[in-house]
Amino acid sequence: MSSQRLMSWALRGYVVVFFAYLFLPLLVMAAATFNDSRFPTVTPWDGTTLRWFGELAADGGMWQALANSLIVAAGVLVVAVPIGIATALFLNTVSSRAKPFLYALILSPLLTPGVIIGISTLIFWRQWGVSGGILLTVLGQATFIAAYVMLMVTARLQRFDRTMERAALDLGASQWQMFRRILLPYLRPAILSAAVIAFLQSFENYNTTLFVVGYDTTLTVYIASKVRTGLTPAVNALGLILILVTVLLAIAYEVKRRREARVPGV
Amino acid sequence: MFRQLKARFGGPLAAAILALLGIWLIVMVTLPQLQMIDYSLRPNLLPAQLGGPEDRWTLTNYVTLFNNEIHRAIFFKTLWSSVLVTLLTLAVSYPLAYYLAKLASPRQAALCLLLLIIPFWINEILRTYSWFIILAFRGPLNEVLMMLGLIERPIRFLSGDAGVMVGMVYAYILFMVFPIYNAIESLDDNQVRAARDLGAGTLRTHRRIIIPHAKPGIATGCIMTFMLAAGSYAVPALLGSPGSRWFTQIIYNWFFEGGNWNQGAAYAFLLLILCIGFMSLVMKVFKVGLGDIAK
Repeated sequence: MSSQRLMSWALRGYVVVFFAYLFLPLLVMAAATFNDSRFPTVTPWDGTTLRWFGELAADGGMWQALANSLIVAAGVLVVAVPIGIATALFLNTVSSRAKPFLYALILSPLLTPGVIIGISTLIFWRQWGVSGGILLTVLGQATFIAAYVMLMVTARLQRFDRTMERAALDLGASQWQMFRRILLPYLRPAILSAAVIAFLQSFENYNTTLFVVGYDTTLTVYIASKVRTGLTPAVNALGLILILVTVLLAIAYEVKRRREARVPGV
Repeated sequence: MFRQLKARFGGPLAAAILALLGIWLIVMVTLPQLQMIDYSLRPNLLPAQLGGPEDRWTLTNYVTLFNNEIHRAIFFKTLWSSVLVTLLTLAVSYPLAYYLAKLASPRQAALCLLLLIIPFWINEILRTYSWFIILAFRGPLNEVLMMLGLIERPIRFLSGDAGVMVGMVYAYILFMVFPIYNAIESLDDNQVRAARDLGAGTLRTHRRIIIPHAKPGIATGCIMTFMLAAGSYAVPALLGSPGSRWFTQIIYNWFFEGGNWNQGAAYAFLLLILCIGFMSLVMKVFKVGLGDIAK
């Protein structure tokens, strides 16, 4: 028994170390924002400053990249969310011998490295005269983000009670009314969650974007290029702001999700 | 298929569903991949030569990798390093997933899961960049090690593959923790208790009861981690040096520095084959299907 107790305490210690490992790097990066040093570091500490936030705000390239990222993310939502919903409805409705094959094809974008999705998109659209830029970035990202939307909508759709559907039709609703008034409201939380995840996936994507972005720049591409050339703690200031926004968003999302999980039924 | 959709949703909606699915699977998923393979089988020609006698299928672009010693070495290094990253990530993740699923109280588990999700929501570039600061030549890790008297002068962490691998384990750890956690969580506690009562020790319980049950989760985590590691561009670009290039960086150079898209397409296809090969191997070894992976 005592060896089991020992194991359990060792495991607890391990969990503490694990979370330190998970968060220390982010804290170091955040701390380096306030160091009055030309180079982003925490050693040596050259005094505390807020000037890197000012430098960041004065950087026109950053604002342009941020605007591009938001445009791309909006485009991805418009393309990927309807595709994801349609695919979930398709999988939930159809039974056919071709289904296992189709299912593999539907999942394949999740199991393909992002760089390859970017490369194939870039090559495919060249013959139609479309070269790298915001439009191709939207198409490339939506290719795999649609699969994430599909998974999230499917998870909720599987718990849908189809007697509600039949009841609506028996009471004289048309199929469109049933879809509009019963199914879509039921799926709404999953669709909203999927939209949040899709937005974030798009906003932070690098591997696919790198190949299809052309001469435009998204915020992630901008950060990566800054790290490699012309690195200053202004990058940390941007990182810190992004981390704070994401943490707030993540917490809000989790709270909402848990509140919904507690309410049974619709 | 259309009939089943029409019976449930009516004609117009059924048509819209099939149209969206068709556009996605054909125009966005399948045709671009086929086009990439077609590109990889053709020589790099001037626009005037396209459609001419030289514009035919050939394996030249694949032979290039075979003949280029440096590229070949980088290809295999990417393969082995990605396997190593996958194993390291598995070793680091398994105890945590087990703790969350079986030992933590519901409140502890909920808090830990939230804490795990937060870094997962943060940009991969930023997570990698934070390691760039820590591992820098005059960065905090070197300072701490020198202060403790463990080393006499700073180490160049950022000039080899080690830095890249540390960054990758950190970046992809959650893709391993979550599938394994989900799998272990569905294990009935009574099975573990029964094993203990029948005299099995901790290691034996894991080997004979918990790990076999967690197989689909372990397989999913390994497949995702390997795919992300082998296909990573951000981590080696930020934490690597010219001496520790990754295969994705070679591919990028063919496209945007060498200007030879056909050659780049061949290399990209080889990377894809590598990932598919690894996935098939893992699925075979663990005896799991595609349906288990999507869970």
